[in-house]
Amino acid sequence: MFTITKNAKTLSMALMVVGLIALIFGFYTDAHAAWPSLLFNTYFYLGISVFAVFFIAMQYVSEAAWSIVIKRIPEAIMSFLPVTGIIMLIILISAAMHFGGNHIYHWMEVGIMTEGTENYDEIIAGKEAFLNTTFFLARSVIYILGWIYFSRKLKKLSLDEDKHGGLSYYKSGIKTSAWFMVFFAVTSAIASWDWIMSIDAHWFSTLFGWYVFAEWAAIGFATILLITLYLKRLGHLENVNESHIHDLGKWVFAFSLVWTYMWFSQFMLIWYANIPEEVTYFNARLQDYNIDGDIIPNNYKFLFWFSMIINFIFPIILLMSRDAKRHNSRLILVCIIVLIGHWINAYLLVAPGTLGPHGHIGFTEIGMGLGYFGLFLYIVFNALTKVPLEVKNHPFLEESKQLHT
Amino acid sequence: MQKEAEIRDPLILGNKTYHDITKDISRPLEGKANKYWWILFSLSFVLFIWGVCSMAYTIGTGIGSWGLNKTVNWAWDITNFVWWIGIGHAGTLISAVLLLFRQKWRMSINRSAEAMTIFGVAQAALFPLIHMGRPWLAYWVFPIPNQFGSLWVNFNSPLLWDVFAISTYFSVSVVFWYIGLIPDFAMIRDRMSVKTAPMKKQLYSFLSFGWSGKAKHWQRFEEVSLVLAGLATPLVFSVHSIVSMDFATAVIPGWHTTIFPPYFVLGALFSGFAMVETLLIIVRKVVSLESYITIKHIEYMNVIILLTGSLVGTAYITELFMSWYSGVEFEQYAFLNRATGPYWWAYAIMMTCNVLTPQLYWFGFIRRSFLWTFILSIFVNIGMWFERFVIIVTSLHRDFLPSSWTMFSPSFIDIGIYLGTIGFFFVLFLLYARTFPVIAQAELKSILKSSGSEYKKKK
Repeated sequence: MFTITKNAKTLSMALMVVGLIALIFGFYTDAHAAWPSLLFNTYFYLGISVFAVFFIAMQYVSEAAWSIVIKRIPEAIMSFLPVTGIIMLIILISAAMHFGGNHIYHWMEVGIMTEGTENYDEIIAGKEAFLNTTFFLARSVIYILGWIYFSRKLKKLSLDEDKHGGLSYYKSGIKTSAWFMVFFAVTSAIASWDWIMSIDAHWFSTLFGWYVFAEWAAIGFATILLITLYLKRLGHLENVNESHIHDLGKWVFAFSLVWTYMWFSQFMLIWYANIPEEVTYFNARLQDYNIDGDIIPNNYKFLFWFSMIINFIFPIILLMSRDAKRHNSRLILVCIIVLIGHWINAYLLVAPGTLGPHGHIGFTEIGMGLGYFGLFLYIVFNALTKVPLEVKNHPFLEESKQLHT
Repeated sequence: MQKEAEIRDPLILGNKTYHDITKDISRPLEGKANKYWWILFSLSFVLFIWGVCSMAYTIGTGIGSWGLNKTVNWAWDITNFVWWIGIGHAGTLISAVLLLFRQKWRMSINRSAEAMTIFGVAQAALFPLIHMGRPWLAYWVFPIPNQFGSLWVNFNSPLLWDVFAISTYFSVSVVFWYIGLIPDFAMIRDRMSVKTAPMKKQLYSFLSFGWSGKAKHWQRFEEVSLVLAGLATPLVFSVHSIVSMDFATAVIPGWHTTIFPPYFVLGALFSGFAMVETLLIIVRKVVSLESYITIKHIEYMNVIILLTGSLVGTAYITELFMSWYSGVEFEQYAFLNRATGPYWWAYAIMMTCNVLTPQLYWFGFIRRSFLWTFILSIFVNIGMWFERFVIIVTSLHRDFLPSSWTMFSPSFIDIGIYLGTIGFFFVLFLLYARTFPVIAQAELKSILKSSGSEYKKKK
């Protein structure tokens, strides 16, 4: 059984304190900027947690054996889902109520869809059937409850299998996973339109849902890999060998490239066609702002290229070779880079649309990110202490243990 | 040998030994063709001849012999081109991606899937070639130095990217296919007798590059397979992404949308797997490979068809939704017109065959039935042809000016060229089935003791 080390406990507590200070500081100094910061951090950690459910479901439906010895790790990551889900709902509800200076979603402004008022925006009014707060909040509740339901169900099947054995849990796992896949394919895309794409309410991109999924997958795999290496270092997971680590490394590598592919497809097509209603999105990230003749330099330009480069160049170069994917310190380095890169990218999905020229990464943003990290460690590690770190009675367990590539 | 869980279904049926596999795979090469082969071959050959005549007529008289007009200036030509390129995709996925994923079931189907890729890409390549009007100047698609006259290519054009992407794809696919064939050609060489078939023996010994089955040979074989798989995997993405950019970089409503690259890739895999099923269900009967291409193989492919079909369906719905959500009236009209305009029937066929009927694979008894699979695979082949037709023709036929609105109807020549390529494809595939080992027997032998049904029982 795993027990949290004293250092890990202190670290998570310290990080949570930093997060709390950042939260108070952010809301006290500039609530208008604190909400977007909370949103992108929540998006980031919610992605990691819900991807863990997807990971398990993917293993079931593809009859994969290699991952069985690490199955408990995504199962523990899933336990962070309710926390991020509740925080996400708090953000959305307060945005709908304009509570605490929450103006993340421009389309929620009063009168924006009423003709004749000062705020009226014809294009946004045309989207009312989809972008209205009641439907919006109801949808979000459904996604989050649905994902939590599936995560609980999969975890319960896994624990029951440990206790009773037999093939019925495995078969039921395949069915549950298939249903989850269908539910997730639809909800993850719409959630990304709702929570993130609708910030830039005029803008639209059909690829957006898959782009966000690729990001969640990249950070999800990186997190699973880091926790696996950490547990291994503490002497747990004796059946996890180099081949398992290698396979996880391949996934981090692959999804860093898939993310880049999505990024490029979206960026290149919009850049190439150069249609005004689409290209504004990248202009807000790349061009200096011109506000009544005052030129304000764009804060996001550097981050935009920087995050793209470190999310792509580092994994492709550092993880290309076979040996690199079996080299723990190399993997740790790349995973940390990938997580930071995607965290910056998450910031870029939210900040330009909410803060315009005034956004910058400061104590509020970093502090909240660290606080989330502390909370994540605390909850996930606690979940790991409650169950054995290796599943029992899974039909593929023996095959997984003997993986050798 | 790697441990395999007991609950996995066997992938080789019957009490086979290594020698049985050798015999079963080389039988079609050593015997005479049966009646079915000749019937299929004659039919395909007739279509092929029709196609050759239509192409000759096109080159002789010009593109005016097609049904194109000033508004719909791209129709069956590019539809067929994309359809054939798409069909090729499953071969690369099976040979490269499934190799990286260590999927043992790929070994019974990869050879034929790769052959299909190569023959499919060859058909696709014919369309740009004849569309040029003067195919003898085809080398102008390459960025040749100015000494040859002039640099004609436009590096900003996705059509040029296509040239690079597809030629790379074609060459890697051929090399991949060939490397896998070397040990199998050597096996055939060793079975041929110098007395009865001296020419054949010489041919196969030339083709097998002096393979002797040494450990060193096998080690290099496995290494190069992995390297090629690593190179081919990005090609699975790049080729159809670039094909999609032929449309998506344009500002035509219905063409310009960001989801196109991954959605085209998924559509290509979807149609490719359907064609692999259509072919293999025929091949396993015609050359008696029932023990090697089992219902489990078919079921795995059906799961992939269900997955990719559903994702393609998600993309259709996303496009439809975003056209409304965008608030751009041209986008909204383009999609409304697709679904309810004069070409509604094409849209309906596309939706039915690509999104609705593959959902039947949720039922186990349909997923595990050869007959159902054969029927549904034909549905997908048809649906995916219509998908390209819908994207291309319905987006073009309503121009920005209503005075330019037209319809498209194919000419006799259009139909002849299309059916001709189907004939050509089957001619090549049937010849292949008589001269090549249609299953990668050397690789298949490596899983006999872990996945053969008799061996699994003994454990």
